[in-house]
Amino acid sequence: MTGDDNGERDRARRFRDAALPYLDDVYSLARYLMRNPADAEDAAQECYVRALRHFDSYRGPEMKPWLLTILRNVCNAEFARRRKQETPTDFSEQETAAEELPIWQEPTSSPETTMVRRQDDDTIRRLVAALPQPFREAIVLREINDLSYQEIAEVAGVPVGTVMSRLARARSMLRTAWNGAEGATP
Amino acid sequence: MNSRDSEILTMNCSDSEILLNALIDGELDAGHARDVEKHVAACPTCAAKLTEFREMHDAVSGAGLKMAAPAHLRSRIEKALPLPSARVVAPRKFLQPSRRSFFGGFAVGTALSAALAASLVLTVVGTDQQQTIANEVVSAHIRSLQAGHLIDVETSDQHTVKPWFNGKLDVAPPVVDLTAQGFRLLGGRLDYIDGESVASVVYQRRKHIINLFVAQRLGASHASTRIEAIQGYNVRHWSEAGLDFWAVSDIAPDELNEFGQMMVAALHPAGSS
Repeated sequence: MTGDDNGERDRARRFRDAALPYLDDVYSLARYLMRNPADAEDAAQECYVRALRHFDSYRGPEMKPWLLTILRNVCNAEFARRRKQETPTDFSEQETAAEELPIWQEPTSSPETTMVRRQDDDTIRRLVAALPQPFREAIVLREINDLSYQEIAEVAGVPVGTVMSRLARARSMLRTAWNGAEGATP
Repeated sequence: MNSRDSEILTMNCSDSEILLNALIDGELDAGHARDVEKHVAACPTCAAKLTEFREMHDAVSGAGLKMAAPAHLRSRIEKALPLPSARVVAPRKFLQPSRRSFFGGFAVGTALSAALAASLVLTVVGTDQQQTIANEVVSAHIRSLQAGHLIDVETSDQHTVKPWFNGKLDVAPPVVDLTAQGFRLLGGRLDYIDGESVASVVYQRRKHIINLFVAQRLGASHASTRIEAIQGYNVRHWSEAGLDFWAVSDIAPDELNEFGQMMVAALHPAGSS
């Protein structure tokens, strides 16, 4: 075996050791971005294949945000590809409208009904999944992937200030939607 | 009341959402966190908002939204990555990502490695688990800065603090008086890191709080002292005599390092073995 082969194997092994522990993180974000399991699996696999290809240029320090950045690019490329094929749906308009709403809206329900019930995980999952893309992405990166504001900013390619306002808005939207969902439950 | 206080009380409530969320996420430095908390204490509107935001944070982060990748995806990806051997990937908990190969690249002689171990190594690679614990340590520090949580036993007397921990922990944390060196002993507190009870000995440097967390080995041990910045706080971690020490503060890294060195020196008085 040549030295190059050894080097290649060593590189692949180092990549696995460093990157595979984050598969659940990658898969979870993929589920919330792609919105269905089959597409999420394809995206996660493509993310790992691309990450290995670029592993030489990886300088650290944090593996998780680096992988999630690649995953996000994979998902965006897939959406771009679909947009070309299909009749375009303009999500950006909807998102811009959401960015312009005031973050805080006065509660429409009494304080008792705003108490969040922990057992309603399915409801929470549904509400998160229903958020417009930039807010969904921010909240998942924060609450599920446990990234810092700075890391989220790097993954999403936006300034930290934007991350902060998106998170505030995302939680506010979730709260409003939660109150609505609570009101609808008998 | 100084001008800083009055400035806080007039903090613009309509812009407060972002700060309240940053507080919840532990993204404010100690000074700003205190400012926001002071404002919240005096402003019922913002207090209500904080509660609502925190409920959403708790609901989402506690809802178990993280999904385990299905086994077939894992094996699919393993197959897609070029490594034909039947290597078994260790469970995450025991993974030591590339630490060995990282240091293996240096021809480290015995004398040099001892020097390396003793010196401060600014490390950018950490194991998963160490990183998790470091993050938890910082969270515990931030929690402790919230009103009323800093100290369980308040005293500047080391002989009061040390016995207080007796029976509360399975370790006897060393408590050292460093007042003369500019680090005032405030007291002690019980805290929880990674599900374990740990001791926190609380010091103050000028207006800055230092939490010194002491526990039996948390996670993988490592010989080197390291200092790193997490969420704007500096963390100095070292191990000694079977104990793990984590000093966390918003003071400068070199000051925190000085604190750690004094602590070590105090535990090994000159002439003792």
